[in-house]
Amino acid sequence: MQKLGKQTIKFDHPPTIVDCATIVGPKESDGPLAKYFDKCLEDEMWGEKTWEKAESKIVKETANMVISKSGVPVDKIEYCFAGDLLNQCISSSFGLRDLNIPFFGIFGACSTFVEGLSLASILVENGINYVLTSASSHFCSSEKQFRFPLELGNQRPPTSQWTVTGCGATIIAKDGQGPFITSITSGKIIDMGIKDANNMGAAMAPAAHSTLVTHFKDTGRSPNYYDAILTGDLGHIGKEILIDLCKNSGYNINSVYNDCGVLIFDKEKQDTHSGGSGCGCCASVFSGYLFKQLKEKKLKRILLIATGALMNSMSSQQGESIPGIAHAISFEI
Amino acid sequence: MDFINSIDWMQLLRCFAVGGTLCIIGQILIDKTKLTPARILVAYVTTGVILGGLGIYKYLVDFAGSGATVPLTGFGYNLAKGTIEAVKQNGLIGAFTGGLKASAGGIAAAVFFGYIASLISKPKMKKQ
Amino acid sequence: MENPLNTQKEYQEYVNKKSPNSPTLKNCFNAFWVGGLICSLGQIIMDFCLYKGIDKEISGTIVSIILIGISAFLTGLNIFNKIGKFAGAGSLVPITGFANSIVAPSMEYKSEGYVMGVGSKMFTVAGPVLVYGISAAIIVGISYLLFNSPATLV
Repeated sequence: MQKLGKQTIKFDHPPTIVDCATIVGPKESDGPLAKYFDKCLEDEMWGEKTWEKAESKIVKETANMVISKSGVPVDKIEYCFAGDLLNQCISSSFGLRDLNIPFFGIFGACSTFVEGLSLASILVENGINYVLTSASSHFCSSEKQFRFPLELGNQRPPTSQWTVTGCGATIIAKDGQGPFITSITSGKIIDMGIKDANNMGAAMAPAAHSTLVTHFKDTGRSPNYYDAILTGDLGHIGKEILIDLCKNSGYNINSVYNDCGVLIFDKEKQDTHSGGSGCGCCASVFSGYLFKQLKEKKLKRILLIATGALMNSMSSQQGESIPGIAHAISFEI
Repeated sequence: MDFINSIDWMQLLRCFAVGGTLCIIGQILIDKTKLTPARILVAYVTTGVILGGLGIYKYLVDFAGSGATVPLTGFGYNLAKGTIEAVKQNGLIGAFTGGLKASAGGIAAAVFFGYIASLISKPKMKKQ
Repeated sequence: MENPLNTQKEYQEYVNKKSPNSPTLKNCFNAFWVGGLICSLGQIIMDFCLYKGIDKEISGTIVSIILIGISAFLTGLNIFNKIGKFAGAGSLVPITGFANSIVAPSMEYKSEGYVMGVGSKMFTVAGPVLVYGISAAIIVGISYLLFNSPATLV
């Protein structure tokens, strides 16, 4: 592999995504992308006793699904990278504890999906054959941990976002027919001092901007190199901000750019305010929708920039601002 | 029937208007200051205690009845009123016993009903 | 347009301009009529108790308990959060909001057990209300002693 500029790695032997699987909750199943998901749950508890157990089950079943879809024998998978939003990543570790595959639990807030893919690609480029990645989130468990009990009668401000219930899992391999992961641009932590935990899009947009502009500079590419540029969960407000910020830096991304959090829900019908968020947001949109577009060659070059807000409820209460992060990964076929 | 005839409609209207206005103030605080629900409730109770202690809130209660006592400022007023009455009777010790005595019914009911609800009901995902 | 990323302050101002405001007028209207209605319900219960010849203090307590009971009931039926979403402060500011703030976490944290879950998390939202309400009342009581009848201060 080859280092380009300060933050980008270009792969000499681009890793292949063998297959993806995704399971989503009922609200996502009512959204515009429903037909692309592998499994749509009718109930966010999925027969379990707690939200946390339900999220673990979603992780477990998604991993099993991607393994069986891909046809790769479990004992051939050498490593797995997985993460979620719950404290100490319990959904991933509890969900995958029976898998018997060396496990790295990772946390990058909502950027976890691309963080996992990036790390997996580096391993695969260096001689490993098969790596499993997964990222998940659950609306109810996130509300409980980060915000308020579900039954509390509070109002959500228009800038707030809706945590996606869902998991996306992939299997990355050394050899295959593509889609290929051709490069990764790993982001720096960027904090522009936003403190409003109900306006994550605004807190994360500067990080997405930094990673995107760095990616263009490091690779010498321009926005029209890609058929689609997607951010993870900036939502409607963050999306507008990123377009503005990029215009300021001399890049017009308007024609190719969208956000997974904008795509996954119908803002008007589903009352999701500024759109979807959470690790599961870009994980399920990529694993469900974008991967199929790549496979069918409807989109041949995609840049996915997963964005994360690196805070917890304690840091908010202590008056800290919200640092953002964004990791980019380019897929080509 | 006699009861319905005995309702003082003007009193009810004053109650509606004052109660509603106290809620509007809360709504403006929520929308403009991004205060969390817990902070709003704390602000209301504390305001009620202070205005009750200063003898101001009493006039609002006389004017609007439940319109002033049902909002959480009324809960604060009740705490202050109970404390002052107990102080008049028992001196310093009344400052510690009066407030909770006066508001015991509400607090005990909320705790008990909360416990019962947790026994028989489960949280559900909001559809919107 | 100037680059909003120059300083944190400029970015904050830019974000404030970009972010939509809450529909305050609509929210206030809903808060007003729902809040007014809840208070009026309290008034009718109060009037009924007085009509039945119940003591005024006791009647006030009965009003609180009934409204708290209704609020707990609606929270348990997963309905209160829908009212709260619609009415905002209209259902939060009356005693119904206080009840909801106790019932909602006790339901949510049931999964962590009846002692450390229900028993302790019950007060995550309402605890501060009691802390500040009771403390402020004690200060009021002591001030009353100091300013009105120093002689009774034992």
